[in-house]
Amino acid sequence: MYTPHTPADIASMLADIGVATLDELVRVPEGLAPQAQIEVPAALPERELAVVMADLASENTATNFRSFLGAGAYRHYIPPVLGTLAMRGEFLTAYTPYQAEVSQGYLQAIYEWQTYIALLTGLEYANASVYDGATALAEAAIMAVNATGRRSLVISAAIHPQTRAVLATYARGIGLSIHELPYAANGCTDFSALDALLATGDIAAVAVQSPNFFGVIDEPPADVVTRVKAASSVMIGVIAEALSLAVLRTPASWGADIAVGEAQSFGIPLAYGGPYVGFMACSAEHLRRLPGRLVGRTVDTNGKPGFTLTLQAREQHIRRERAISNICTNQAHCALLATMYLAALGERGLRDCAVANIRMTQQLVAALLELPGVTRVFAAPVFNECVLRVPGKAADVLLRLQADQILGGVDLGRWYPELADCILLTATEMTIEDDICALQQALQCQLEVLV
Amino acid sequence: MVSPQELLYSKDHEWVRYDGEIATVGITDYAQHALGDIVFVELPRVGKTITQFSNVGVIESVKSVSDLFTPVGGEVTEINPAVEADAGLVNREAFTEGWLFKVKVSSEADKAGLLDASAYDVLTSAG
Amino acid sequence: MSLDIPLLFETGQPGRANRYLREEAAATTYLPPELLRETLPLPEHTELDVVRHFTRLSQRTMSIDTNFYPLGSCTMKYNPRVNDASAALAGFRDLHPYAPDALAQGALRVMHTLERALASLFGMHAFSLNPAAGAHAELTALLIALAYFAQRGEGTQRTTVIVPDTAHGTNPASAAMVGYKVVSLESDARGRVSLERILSTIGPDTAVCMMTNPNTLGLFEDHIAEIAAAVHAVGGLMYYDGANANALMGNARPGDMGFDLMHLNLHKTFSIPHGGGGAGAGPVGVSAALAPFLPTPIVRSQDDIFALDFSCEQSIGPMRSFWSNFAHMVRALSYILANGADGLAQCSKLAVLNANYLRVKLRDVIDVPFDELCRHEFVASAQGLKRDTGVRALDLAKALLDAGYHAPTMYFPLLVPECLMIEPTETESKETLDGFIAAFRAILTQARRDPSVIQSTPTTTPVARLDETQAARHPNLRWKPA
Repeated sequence: MYTPHTPADIASMLADIGVATLDELVRVPEGLAPQAQIEVPAALPERELAVVMADLASENTATNFRSFLGAGAYRHYIPPVLGTLAMRGEFLTAYTPYQAEVSQGYLQAIYEWQTYIALLTGLEYANASVYDGATALAEAAIMAVNATGRRSLVISAAIHPQTRAVLATYARGIGLSIHELPYAANGCTDFSALDALLATGDIAAVAVQSPNFFGVIDEPPADVVTRVKAASSVMIGVIAEALSLAVLRTPASWGADIAVGEAQSFGIPLAYGGPYVGFMACSAEHLRRLPGRLVGRTVDTNGKPGFTLTLQAREQHIRRERAISNICTNQAHCALLATMYLAALGERGLRDCAVANIRMTQQLVAALLELPGVTRVFAAPVFNECVLRVPGKAADVLLRLQADQILGGVDLGRWYPELADCILLTATEMTIEDDICALQQALQCQLEVLV
Repeated sequence: MVSPQELLYSKDHEWVRYDGEIATVGITDYAQHALGDIVFVELPRVGKTITQFSNVGVIESVKSVSDLFTPVGGEVTEINPAVEADAGLVNREAFTEGWLFKVKVSSEADKAGLLDASAYDVLTSAG
Repeated sequence: MSLDIPLLFETGQPGRANRYLREEAAATTYLPPELLRETLPLPEHTELDVVRHFTRLSQRTMSIDTNFYPLGSCTMKYNPRVNDASAALAGFRDLHPYAPDALAQGALRVMHTLERALASLFGMHAFSLNPAAGAHAELTALLIALAYFAQRGEGTQRTTVIVPDTAHGTNPASAAMVGYKVVSLESDARGRVSLERILSTIGPDTAVCMMTNPNTLGLFEDHIAEIAAAVHAVGGLMYYDGANANALMGNARPGDMGFDLMHLNLHKTFSIPHGGGGAGAGPVGVSAALAPFLPTPIVRSQDDIFALDFSCEQSIGPMRSFWSNFAHMVRALSYILANGADGLAQCSKLAVLNANYLRVKLRDVIDVPFDELCRHEFVASAQGLKRDTGVRALDLAKALLDAGYHAPTMYFPLLVPECLMIEPTETESKETLDGFIAAFRAILTQARRDPSVIQSTPTTTPVARLDETQAARHPNLRWKPA
């Protein structure tokens, strides 16, 4: 129970308080006592608890399979040093660093995170992080709405379907309308409908993901960015695979005013979807609208440099109903992990990791294209994911691969009915050639049976 | 501090200086003192039409945030770039260099809703 | 002066990094150069450099593991390590969110078991584990309310959210975010929501009344049943902000008090490490009438087989990517199983015991504005002290840092001037509390003897008080190359 009180402690403390029993302390007015038995099993000693949890974990047999799953959550190498450092109790059990004098360590780490994100995106400022990549886009949309006073958004249909779904949840609540641009034959966003939308004068922002959900590098062409800015709309870049920032052009260099994304790839375990960490970066123009916490460097009363949370007047606890966002927690511990990851890998490590992802993905695609009936759906260059068309329904093909202990990728028919025979496959630096061979063989066996 | 005689005041602690059809708006020394160290002011956009006593912006100090109300209606013609660059100017020179924005006045009738310096000083000393 | 610990960007040497992966050819080998960035200006360090850097940073971070942390409304209880060990099991840690349900039964069982346990503990029909934190959960709950009223054809009529001044600061921000008009409700002389004021405030425009019970003064809202009945009578919903759930866990249930919607902060009540301000987890519980609107997905069970269900037509939709902060669900379940129903109730009782013990041991030296039996926390006010000596709540907080204690929550709730909100939690021993009492009393004695000593604290911390004005006026939010 993790409580230290001896019966003697309890008795003496109750006497000091002037109350006879513990029950008296938590008594509630008549009729408010629990009206049903609380159905929680009896306490387990830690040894037995460990067995129960280990049994539950072992039911997740997917972790024993060869995996080509990605689609917004990526399996990457996590140096053990991260676990050792991040699990230090000082980091793990601290609260938000409101008392700056005793939180200099964590504050400095967050300042370093803000710097890393600024350097990676090429933008001026980054916040201390938000819940995840999907909510980061929703918050960026709110920034754009506040900046422009407009209430419509244009987003690419090649943004992760789940990110679009979260944005749609927020948009319904806030009362924003969303227009989707379709994807083109090469897998990039088709901007041909954009001009008509911009002409309405009500477009707060245009959001594009690169690499997009199909793995395709999808930065908007320069003329599109020019038209967006000419319409005084905000250009938002979405990055679902943060590792791509190590080699691809920065969102700032292709013209994003705001870049948001998911940094799970930087040292954060898959953990069935979370916790992960969303990042948000913006140009100086948008700083005051950037939600969430910000750490700033300043000096103390003796002139000594130090760090503190700053620009707090933007935040919910001061602005209350005037706040630009209700966001309260950031994902400090995940951001800390990511900062450690970036520090440990450094420029060369990060670049080599990113290049290994590109190389393995190209190898995977080449191996599968050798099979009759397997074709590449989108011609545009990819980072570490690719869409392949298979004979028959993707869902059936994937199910059969499970018999060979292979998770062959994600069935795109789940979100795009027209792509029901398409699989989104991912290869990372964790993928080994043996995995690719196994997948190739298993797929070949299936195809032979079909043919 | 005695408030300058040549200005008019609102109960929300803004001052206004009329100069022909242009009015200059700021916050009073009393207001800047009550707010503490001002770190940021959010001003209305140039060209925007604003109505008297409406909320047109925000003044942030380190740990508080207050709405900025305009004591006069009209079209915003200018905002003070010096204050945007250095919000501390409002603390140091509330009645002069720390002005916030200028308005092309839409109605002289607005004056009727404002206080003169002595009435404003009574208001602030009562509080 | 330079920083005691240089920034990562100020140290390191090119050529030191990458011991983790094979060297690769340039990216141009694989992709057209026009798609690639020209430089990647990141520092390179040895692993030892990285270990020393972050170890030193950790040593400059106060935490539950290092110090007593009586931060009101944040429930800084001990974070049992077995929870982290459970979350780190490879079967959980390495599980991909798109793993097929059939191959992720353990994870789905964790989610389902946790959801059922929370529903039973708090008397709600169902919970969604989707929201990522407390404020996120508030937003979720208000979106559920919006959807519920829209479905009843009352969408345009229900425009107002009522928030007592003893509520958490996020409540008004969340309500405003979705377009509700926020009506703030002043507390009565007893520090409670006044039934009369509620009655004169609510009406056909009332959408939701957001309350926390016990409130942020640590006081139980004893008229909660009448308040709930009144809000229900005008067709409104009652929302329970679970930030203070540690005060009643296992002993009373929001569902029985008439709440229709609620959230929990698993990182408070259920011992998940705060991690320096996140990640959290904020499950939202609802009554049966509101269950169809819960975010997707929902974990369903049939014949002991579990599945994610996305097919909820009236759902507000997902609030977060994937299935939210799953690792925290493992931790919370681990905590619940370790304690059992009786253990959780006992935790809550001992949390209340500790808070009252501090209250009675401090009330003769500092004002306790609502000096009655409190729940898991209480508020003290330094207003009298400030009047007498000029020493403010902020100064007391900083002096406590010097004494080796984390400061209580300051200047909240807003209705108590010079407020210190103290929440000891149940995992602190009588000896720790006695040490804190002695330190606090010594600080107050010193404050009356020589205020300037207290006003110049902290002096033993790595830095003294920071210039927040400069930080805000001239934001320096990142390192820049020279």
